[in-house]
Amino acid sequence: MGSRNPLVRSLMVAFLAIIALVEVFPYFWIATTSLKDLRGVIQFPPSLLPLPPHWENYAQAWQSGPFPRYLMNNIITTFGILIIQLFLACLAAYAFSKLSFPGRDVCFYVVVSCLMVPPQVRFVPIYIMLAKVGLLNTYAALILPYATSALGTFLIREAFANISDDVLDAARIDGADVIQIIFRIMVPIAKPTIIAFSLFSVVYHWNDYFWPLVMTTNEAVRTLPLGVALLREEGTGARWHIIMAGNMFVVVPMFLAFLVAQRHIIRAFTFTSPK
Amino acid sequence: MPNAISYRRYPVVRRETILGYALILPSLAVFFTFFIYPVLYSLYLSFFRWDMMMPKQFVGALNYRELTASAEFREVIWNTLRYSVGVVLAAMAAGLILALLLNRRTALSSFFQACIFTSYIVSWVAVSLLWIWMLDPQYGLVNYLTRFLKMPAQDWLGNHRLALWSLVGVTVWKIVGYPMVIFLAGLQSISRDYYEAAALDGAGAWQQFRFITWPLLTPTTLFLFITLSIATFQGFDIVNIMTQGGPVHATSIYVFFIYEQAFHYFRLGTASAAVVICFMMILLLTFVEHRVFRRGVHYTEVG
Repeated sequence: MGSRNPLVRSLMVAFLAIIALVEVFPYFWIATTSLKDLRGVIQFPPSLLPLPPHWENYAQAWQSGPFPRYLMNNIITTFGILIIQLFLACLAAYAFSKLSFPGRDVCFYVVVSCLMVPPQVRFVPIYIMLAKVGLLNTYAALILPYATSALGTFLIREAFANISDDVLDAARIDGADVIQIIFRIMVPIAKPTIIAFSLFSVVYHWNDYFWPLVMTTNEAVRTLPLGVALLREEGTGARWHIIMAGNMFVVVPMFLAFLVAQRHIIRAFTFTSPK
Repeated sequence: MPNAISYRRYPVVRRETILGYALILPSLAVFFTFFIYPVLYSLYLSFFRWDMMMPKQFVGALNYRELTASAEFREVIWNTLRYSVGVVLAAMAAGLILALLLNRRTALSSFFQACIFTSYIVSWVAVSLLWIWMLDPQYGLVNYLTRFLKMPAQDWLGNHRLALWSLVGVTVWKIVGYPMVIFLAGLQSISRDYYEAAALDGAGAWQQFRFITWPLLTPTTLFLFITLSIATFQGFDIVNIMTQGGPVHATSIYVFFIYEQAFHYFRLGTASAAVVICFMMILLLTFVEHRVFRRGVHYTEVG
């Protein structure tokens, strides 16, 4: 939108408005479809507004499976992963940035090299491993393989390394132990990095479909995205109003989060780009 | 005297070492169990034939030879290549154009950015279900639009030639916000001075782009190219939900193939060989990235 020519400028704005509409309208379509009845779904030409709105679709979608359970499981795994990741990454980041000991750099390279091992490379062997020890269909199967994050360790180490040693020396003189130094002094200073990483981790694991799909066959530990995807395999015919109502369970929380923390979330995803 | 110093320092150093390992040990334990061991185990398993029930049978490099000779595997590689290249190029081109148009700190610009970026953080499940519905041959909105524009209706996901490109389109629709914000970050790091100097010398908009913006964006462009390549190479969700690899194998891409081999056909050896090849490709791409940036951090997720 940099041109000074008003005609060019309004053309650019019009173009951007069309793109924005193409990006956003489908979400409106989820909402609209979720409030129609079967007749409205297959009506031709389709109507833009669901009149009268059929709110009962939401109840029907919610009751098509153990959705309270799915939601609970999503919260447990997403935040379970986050808390363990942050705790372990902060400990390791402190050792990697503020202590010197033989083997430190080798260990750090090992951690960084794990960035190259995405879940899509690990799922087969981990499935076999967890099957052997009887941990499939448990929270452990969903949380433990993500208990450490190479990315989190890497980013928090960078943030910790930027903290001046004087601050730490002052804390040590005041008698703070390692845990206090890490969590009372360094974590607050490294807050921007920690927030950015946390948002990345929460968005990723809240939405994750792949890992729970592979590691669970049991409703008791299944998560929300998986539950919603299963809606499509139930029932027959054009149940799109029910499926889209279920889809709203996944979409709405992310939209609300984005509305509240847009700036932080975009930052979380651009954090490692070259500047 | 030097002896005395080292004697005095010795216990201090040792304490720091113990503390250091105590702090990294929990992380290292997880990394070894869930990252390094799985890679080594895949390598080991790729030399066996195993269905998770009967005893493993050592077959040497047979799994690899069968894979490379298999027509289906070649089709999968070809699909993955087309999917990756299509998504990476289209998303980067669109992302760059949007970034150039939106490179302003106005309320309208942030509003458009938010609209476009949102899809990137929405679950693949939601996006896939939404687009099955949008692309439904009978009742879908897309075919309604094509009919409205007097174009023939299409079976977007059922047509052998079209299905993969439909998935490319949906993926680009979902992720284009990512290259857009990365390019925006790159653009904002370019000093205004260059443009002012160029404008004084009479350079037009195209020349400014060609000789200032594009060369200075090179690190960003390379970063995006490599991270998006790795990410699209790991695509799975969209295929599993939207097409199950079909019609026939038309949309079967790499990770979906591994998943099918392991969990539909219980060919763990074949799946492991494919995992090893996948890992080698990522290793290669990361090595290139590392060469370029001397800092191999990437965490984009696609598909």
